[in-house]
Amino acid sequence: MTLPLAAPALPLDEAGDYVAGAYLVFLALILVYVAIMAVKLQRFERDLTDLGALLDERDARAADAPAGDAAGPGAGAPPAAREAV
Amino acid sequence: MYGKGLRALSIATVATLVGAFALVFFYAPNDADQGFVQKIFYLHVPMAIVALCGFVAGGVFAVGHLRTGDRRWDLRSYVAIHLSLVLAVGVLVTGSIWARASWGHWWVWDEPVLVSFLVVFLLYACYQPLRFSIEDPERQARYASVFAIVAGAFVPMNFVAVRLAEQFTHPRVLGTTGGSMPGSMRLVFLVALLGMTLLFVTLWKFEMAHKHATFQLRALRRRLSGEDDLFPAGRSAAPRLDRPAVGDR
Repeated sequence: MTLPLAAPALPLDEAGDYVAGAYLVFLALILVYVAIMAVKLQRFERDLTDLGALLDERDARAADAPAGDAAGPGAGAPPAAREAV
Repeated sequence: MYGKGLRALSIATVATLVGAFALVFFYAPNDADQGFVQKIFYLHVPMAIVALCGFVAGGVFAVGHLRTGDRRWDLRSYVAIHLSLVLAVGVLVTGSIWARASWGHWWVWDEPVLVSFLVVFLLYACYQPLRFSIEDPERQARYASVFAIVAGAFVPMNFVAVRLAEQFTHPRVLGTTGGSMPGSMRLVFLVALLGMTLLFVTLWKFEMAHKHATFQLRALRRRLSGEDDLFPAGRSAAPRLDRPAVGDR
């Protein structure tokens, strides 16, 4: 395929579509990236909430248990994990 | 750690990019040959340069990993390559649009710059599947680093291809003689290049901060649940700093 070295310039209305298309592609890429990061952030927030619940559960168990138990190995672990200890 | 200075960097990135695009449309003159279509140049070329530099940076970070054995270098390499791939998609699409507007074809197979960039893109498209195919994180990091270094060394060939190309249908941007750009176009191009570089660095830091925070969160969860062997199920292409090698578990 032989390409013309100096192709005639497109009229502005036609060229504008191509230019707008190219810049919109860039914008779309950034937006998709930000959207993906937003989803990850939501997941992160959910994990953080779970962690908070886990901590509350641990504190509640520590408060209920006799003083000697709380300091032992496996303190704060969920029941299954504590049984293993 | 990586979140430090991210706010200022983000503001600088947005300001520079908006400024660059304003200069493109309100300051830079129309090209004598191509007319208004040449405005794509200020987006396409900086994006291509930053993407290729990002691939090389991935290789440099990978050298750091192989030298030190520290998997944080692997994470840096992974994020740099990941972001460069995103930019490379943009380069291919905007390049196609520009080719269609200038040459009347979406893609030209006998144009060395286009094809060599596609080869680089396809090469790096194998990076994630390669990582995903290896379950042991230590081996995954090592193999991925070797890949990143070899592929990173291949990238400069893309620049050499521009110089060796006999057809001059693809414009030269930066030459030893200063190219054929007038001063105003060169200024706008450099501002756009700076903006694109800042965008890359900002997104890189953003993703690194996110990944570090995720690892810390997982470690905390493990400590709280009292289970040392609690790792996310399944394999992943992304590095996991909180996950020991299979032999160490």
